[in-house]
Amino acid sequence: MSKPTVSLSPSADAWRRLRRNPIAVVAGIYLVLLLTAALGANLFTRYAYDFHDTQRYLTNPSPPDHNHWFGTDALGRDVFSRLLFGARVSLGVTAVVVVIEALIGISLGLFAGYRGGKTDLLLMRLTDIMFAFPDLLLAILLSAVVRSGSDALPGWLSLGTLFFALGVVGWPGMARLVRGQTLALREKEYIEAARAAGVPERDILLRHLLPNLSGPIIVQVTQDVAAVILAEATLSFLNLGVQPPFPSWGRMIFSSLNDMASKPYLLIVPSVALAITVMAVNFLGDALRDAFDPRLRE
Amino acid sequence: MLAFIVKRVLLAIPSLLAISFLVFLVARLAPSGPVEIIAGDKATPAIVAQLKHEYGLDKPVFVQYVNYVVGIATHGDLGKSFQRGGQPITEMLRNDFPVTAQLAWQALLFAIIVGIPTGILAALFHNSWFDRLAMLAVVALVSVPSIVLGPLLIMVLALHLRWLPIDGWSSPMHTLLPTVTLGARSAAMLARFMRSSLLDVLRQDYIRTAIAKGYSRGRAVWKHGLKNALLPVLTVMGTVFGALLSGSFVVETIFRVPGIGFESINSISKRDYPVIQGMALLVAVLYIVINIAIDVLYGVIDPRIRSQESPK
Repeated sequence: MSKPTVSLSPSADAWRRLRRNPIAVVAGIYLVLLLTAALGANLFTRYAYDFHDTQRYLTNPSPPDHNHWFGTDALGRDVFSRLLFGARVSLGVTAVVVVIEALIGISLGLFAGYRGGKTDLLLMRLTDIMFAFPDLLLAILLSAVVRSGSDALPGWLSLGTLFFALGVVGWPGMARLVRGQTLALREKEYIEAARAAGVPERDILLRHLLPNLSGPIIVQVTQDVAAVILAEATLSFLNLGVQPPFPSWGRMIFSSLNDMASKPYLLIVPSVALAITVMAVNFLGDALRDAFDPRLRE
Repeated sequence: MLAFIVKRVLLAIPSLLAISFLVFLVARLAPSGPVEIIAGDKATPAIVAQLKHEYGLDKPVFVQYVNYVVGIATHGDLGKSFQRGGQPITEMLRNDFPVTAQLAWQALLFAIIVGIPTGILAALFHNSWFDRLAMLAVVALVSVPSIVLGPLLIMVLALHLRWLPIDGWSSPMHTLLPTVTLGARSAAMLARFMRSSLLDVLRQDYIRTAIAKGYSRGRAVWKHGLKNALLPVLTVMGTVFGALLSGSFVVETIFRVPGIGFESINSISKRDYPVIQGMALLVAVLYIVINIAIDVLYGVIDPRIRSQESPK
């Protein structure tokens, strides 16, 4: 190397390697654009997501034109608006669920790994019980049971069910990862030094252990994001997730099934959006894993 | 060996109880009961009370749960439907379950036939164009959910090309699209896992020794490599099976396949929660039993597992 070598912190190094990965950059730019479109959905759309444009079009659904870029659905609602507002709902749900999962998983994992002994045994048994069951299946069963017990849930409650069903089932992966990493780190000299210097347990966990776990946690969060986006879309497809009038990509796909022969755009638009988004998150996750892999450090 | 099986079964009991209790409790937490729905608006409180008594809903929740579990344990009674004139749930399961089992079985077969050879070839020709193409396909298939893949397959193969029927379950031709839709993701998972497992094995000393002793590379892989590489793949079969079970709800809904997934989703809008509960329990038991079977099989094949303290 001709330039003088500067030693970088692990996260700075990871960031540098991430920027050199073209797939990660494209995926990252797409996700930033999507996030902007979702947050600014009311600025970028001409119609409200629940506005029924029946005056202009006698026959709904109607194909794309200059007024409705992606056409209208069977109820005369603008597909473009529903796509952007649907992104807002999907990404919002995903954000909340992933935060719930991360909070439960990280705190249980840190605690179990650092304390060891009985605490560890008890918490990990609990994790094993939850881990023994596939996430999406448990989420489907839980939401199915909740849904079957009540006619029409108010909108906020249907979102609450979704957060519960997805958040409650998703944390064991994170708990296991954080526990394993904590077990390895707690024997390091700097932790022992902190303990010897009388640093309280809470500060050891939050200020000494947690920052050193950020790499693996970021990678795990990315994987969780992809899983939750898929799970939310699937639950909404089965009518177990987001309820009308809120739009959801999964529900848009379901609604398009009846008109799929004559109005293929109703199926293609949300399908492509969903598949590309999940793919972008997956590619970014793979790139992050490589970027944080200490064996690949320069 | 027997001790290993017994231990594995005992370990599954807490999981089963936890899931059945969760499913049971969540149903009872719902804002208004199903009895009011059956009875209708004009029912007198006396009729509602009578119905509640008939379904055992007037007792405390915990007593209801114990009765439910005891009913299942003693004579396999899952209760009866709130709709359909009180048809017993075990009878409904007998009709619907074979359909779901056939779908899951075919999808598993599809996943194995496509996934395993792809993974093996990708590992043998590591970093070749085939390897790269296969891994790109894997990421794509893992990212495209069945709610996207299924409708797209219908649109292209059934509506435009008219090669296959759109939905239903009346002939082998009808099972083709649901099978592929359900199995695609699992095929991708198996291919990826098979590839990394075989790559690990190929780096082992015993493969190098076999080649040094005069085996061709192909023969060394065939005689020593594959058996060892397939072993870890067996462990992901549990995950694959879980994906197939949850996927069957979606795929049966897309293609109107009359299995337990389709029936459960239909029962939701009818608020027929004993049905959901029974189906949920069946699916949970099935998943756990299959996973025990896989663990036991793993113990049979690999004696090191049996002797370990905790079989996980």
